[in-house]
Amino acid sequence: MKAPLDRSRRLGRVHATMSVPAQIVVDQVSHLYRPPRGREVLALDQVSLDVANREFVALLGPSGCGKSTLLYLIGGFLPVETGAILVDGKPVAAPGPDRGIVFQHFALFPWKTVRGNILYGLERQGMPKDEREQRALDFIELVGLNGFEDSYPSQLSGGMKQRTAIARTLAFDPKILLMDEPFGALDAQTRGLMQAELLRIWQRTPKTVIFVTHDVQEAVYLADRVAVMSARPGRIKTIVDTKFDKNDPAIFKAKAFVEKVDEIWNLVKDEAIKAQGKRT
Amino acid sequence: MKQFIRYLPLLLLALGWELAARLELVSTTALPPLSEVVVAWIDMIKTGELVTNGLASLYRAGAGLGLSIVIGGVLGIAMAWSKPVNVLVAPLVEMFYPLPKSALIPVTVIWLGFGDGSKILLIFLGCMLPVTIGAFNGARSSEQVLVWSARSMGAHKLRMLWDVVVPSAMPELLNGIRTALALSFILLVSSELIVAQMGFGYLIGYLGANGNYDAMYAVVLTVAFLGFAADRIYLLITKRTLAWRE
Repeated sequence: MKAPLDRSRRLGRVHATMSVPAQIVVDQVSHLYRPPRGREVLALDQVSLDVANREFVALLGPSGCGKSTLLYLIGGFLPVETGAILVDGKPVAAPGPDRGIVFQHFALFPWKTVRGNILYGLERQGMPKDEREQRALDFIELVGLNGFEDSYPSQLSGGMKQRTAIARTLAFDPKILLMDEPFGALDAQTRGLMQAELLRIWQRTPKTVIFVTHDVQEAVYLADRVAVMSARPGRIKTIVDTKFDKNDPAIFKAKAFVEKVDEIWNLVKDEAIKAQGKRT
Repeated sequence: MKQFIRYLPLLLLALGWELAARLELVSTTALPPLSEVVVAWIDMIKTGELVTNGLASLYRAGAGLGLSIVIGGVLGIAMAWSKPVNVLVAPLVEMFYPLPKSALIPVTVIWLGFGDGSKILLIFLGCMLPVTIGAFNGARSSEQVLVWSARSMGAHKLRMLWDVVVPSAMPELLNGIRTALALSFILLVSSELIVAQMGFGYLIGYLGANGNYDAMYAVVLTVAFLGFAADRIYLLITKRTLAWRE
């Protein structure tokens, strides 16, 4: 295989127009996925992306385009082998509490209660007992799980599990929130409610968010910018500005919003078809 | 009432036993009436014979089982956690697993003599593998995302092992320990039957050899009951430990 770094910078940082230095810098990152059996697959091909402090960026693309892989690389769960990822100027080497993560299937500790799950991160940060108990209660309140403090995850609905997971991650106050299709496992109604709730929470506790999804409307609604990714090998095809007044109750019907969803849907459609073709 | 119906077959069996012996359907040497077995049991409690021998046995089983849980559990989790440990230990486990551990009774006696040591070693060796395998399978099934979650919340590697891998392994580990618990009784009695100066097995062998059959049956029933009770109590503990699984 040719060294990926030798290629020209087709997707250089054309879209990086921020004057402040970015909080997260993804620079020419490629990633080779090596399954235990079978051929290795180029999951990401020279991806570059800058994310500013307190920005909400969605990674949008068909399944298997490497958007979750990119998130895991930023999280430090997978090693960066080609290219570089900097968070606050420092290369990512391992997971850390500056980058909280929320997974699609919640990843709650099943042997801990709602309260125990939320307390866990605070315990690891060495917060004094009284303080962390109070903080856990505050975040249970924030996500509306009062009365379920002592329930185990197996006793909760999908939406409640994900609210617990979000509270758990917000509670230890990471600067960056990485979300891996967090509402993908929820039914449509719950998903709509959770989206609105996430925005409400985000407006109250502003953080940098990278949000992986394959739902175009969700991406346009939640994010400031949407990075559209191509089918495997994953590249960032284009980045679209999607700033809207999120508090407008009629936003889903607004002409500008609908057109933006259409525009991005057209970009994604080709990739989705390509991804389907490659699978069969 | 439900509990009563559940154990009704046991009561019928006891009744059948008593009748079969009383009506001399079978030789009373082979099967003394249950009532006489109970009388013999009360006698043995009074003389303290059953208690001293019982405590000796329970000490051996407890020590052997305890060691196997600690060492087997650590070994199983280490195997799941570290590739080199797995490469080193897995073939030994595979080879040793199908070996009937009672074959080791003479070996342990040569090593550690006729006393407690040889029994504890035998029970330890016999019980360790089910625990190891349970811990290994359980630890291996711990979910990647849980490990990642703990790491991102600031748990260093060893902490994460204790906080995520060990609880993930718990259901299978507890299952392995249950198998080990049953094995410990089997190995205890068989090793004591063959070489011992004390214990349930010794008592059964000694009383049987002297034709003291009602007392012998009393000891057999005691062992059976203890095995049953231990399993019930263990299940109760398991249920409480795994309450989070609904």
